[in-house]
Amino acid sequence: MSVRLKVPTQLRQLTGGAPELDVEAASIRELLEKVGGDHPELLERVLDEGGEIRRFVNLYVGDEDVRFLEGIDTPLKDGEVVVILPAVAGGQDPMPS
Amino acid sequence: MAQVRELRCRECDRTYAVAPVHVCEFCFGPLEPVYDYDAIAASVTRAGIEAGPRTIWRYSPLLPIGDGVERVDLGTGCTPLIKADNLARELGIKHLYLKNDMANPTHSFKDRVVTVALTAARAMGFTTVACASTGNLANSVAAHAARVGLRAFVFIPADLEEAKIITTAVYGANVVAVKGNYDHVNRLCSEIAQTMPWGFLNVNLRPFYSEGSKTLAFEVVEQLGWEAPEHIVVPAASGSLLTKVHRGLSELHRVGLLDTEPATSIHLAQAEGCSPIVAAFRSGIDHIRPVKPQTIAKSLAIGNPADGYYAARVVRKTEGTAEAVSDDEIIAGIRLLASTEGLFTETAGGVTIAALKRMAAAGAFQDDGRVVALLTGMGLKTAEALSGRLGPTVEIQPDLEAFRQALDFLDLEGPA
Ligand SMILES: Cc1ncc(COP(=O)(O)O)c(C=O)c1O
Ligand SMILES: [Zn+2]
Repeated sequence: MSVRLKVPTQLRQLTGGAPELDVEAASIRELLEKVGGDHPELLERVLDEGGEIRRFVNLYVGDEDVRFLEGIDTPLKDGEVVVILPAVAGGQDPMPS
Repeated sequence: MAQVRELRCRECDRTYAVAPVHVCEFCFGPLEPVYDYDAIAASVTRAGIEAGPRTIWRYSPLLPIGDGVERVDLGTGCTPLIKADNLARELGIKHLYLKNDMANPTHSFKDRVVTVALTAARAMGFTTVACASTGNLANSVAAHAARVGLRAFVFIPADLEEAKIITTAVYGANVVAVKGNYDHVNRLCSEIAQTMPWGFLNVNLRPFYSEGSKTLAFEVVEQLGWEAPEHIVVPAASGSLLTKVHRGLSELHRVGLLDTEPATSIHLAQAEGCSPIVAAFRSGIDHIRPVKPQTIAKSLAIGNPADGYYAARVVRKTEGTAEAVSDDEIIAGIRLLASTEGLFTETAGGVTIAALKRMAAAGAFQDDGRVVALLTGMGLKTAEALSGRLGPTVEIQPDLEAFRQALDFLDLEGPA
């Protein structure tokens, strides 16, 4: 099961500049674990301490946000493309000092 | 950009030089301008602002643009704040004001964010600007870009109202209709932004763009005689406007333009068919569960709102409320506003009025404080939402007798 992971510009310094990684994986979880083996810092940016997808990270399989699928347990088919993107926020609430 | 020292990550406090970057490369948190509030406080005064231009640029000390920078300005801001006694009576609200942001150059509040963002974009040397839009932003970017000869690409969901497409294309912008919803458009733009040297308003220019929304709060306070209202009702799509209205209120106190920290409750309005922020607020969790939008309020149809998390927190922190309203309530809201106050707002405004009605009925304004509802966009752009529901009262032959008969007929039917 070979899938392709697309890495956003903000994280490419953690993959030696590579914009894409080809990985053998049958689920998002397995994909991230394998990528995390070679690039532990990349994994840390995508998942929080509890192993959940971080608030400001969006993960897509093909066209779909994995939050509409099975989240981190979403299965992957051969040839599928997984995209990591920042969730693009710009607001705030409390005042800075 | 004189008064902005740097950009700072809202989540982890890492700082970045002022540049077209929008997310923290460490945690993907949003970046925002850091102002030297003490320096601003030392020079800004109410009188100084009142003597400024009748546009949002009267608040330039609190905008992320330096003094000498040439502005991209169509005359946005200083829109009317209207005392709405008829609607107030109808809804049982004691003191109701409407902020008529339909009076902006392209008839929505988006002109506020665009005049700031395109000014920043030009100062940074961009020659092409772009945005993902549910319609109003597209109008505004196209118009401002035309004014200063910037090339514009606007990306919209293909099913947008025809009027919004025409009122964008007319300015000569490149309109890219994407076969998908706004969340698809937004994602596409994030990907394009990584490959094109363009200024994307809601991507790499977002820290500058979103600051423009603060001016709605500044104006409301100035128009109330430099007092903050007790309540503001804000329609939310991405949640950026709502969070920035709150930020604007706090800043007025921080720089000494208000003596006390505003105790304004911020209330949030969404359409039932796209209410992920209301859902997060109600469930008491901060996590936004994205939804697939299904509503006539297309300008608010963002299923995965980038600032939803912050918006829900602002509502909670300020002891506001949140309401989601049905399409029928939206239409009724549009008609109620028009028939009581003579203002024709778009579907997003219908959401605001319908939510206002629900909030009043639920007792959200029982303190009898001043309530300000933001009318952020105008009705002609979404007139098609009313088609089939409204038309001529009667149609007659061109003769007096026919009209007499019609009058009799109407009398029999009684006033609707
Ligand atoms: C008329 C109108 N009102 C309100 C909003 C909400 O803006 P935000 O995305 O900042 O929540 C929009 C956004 O497109 C809009 O077009
Ligand atoms: Zn950060």
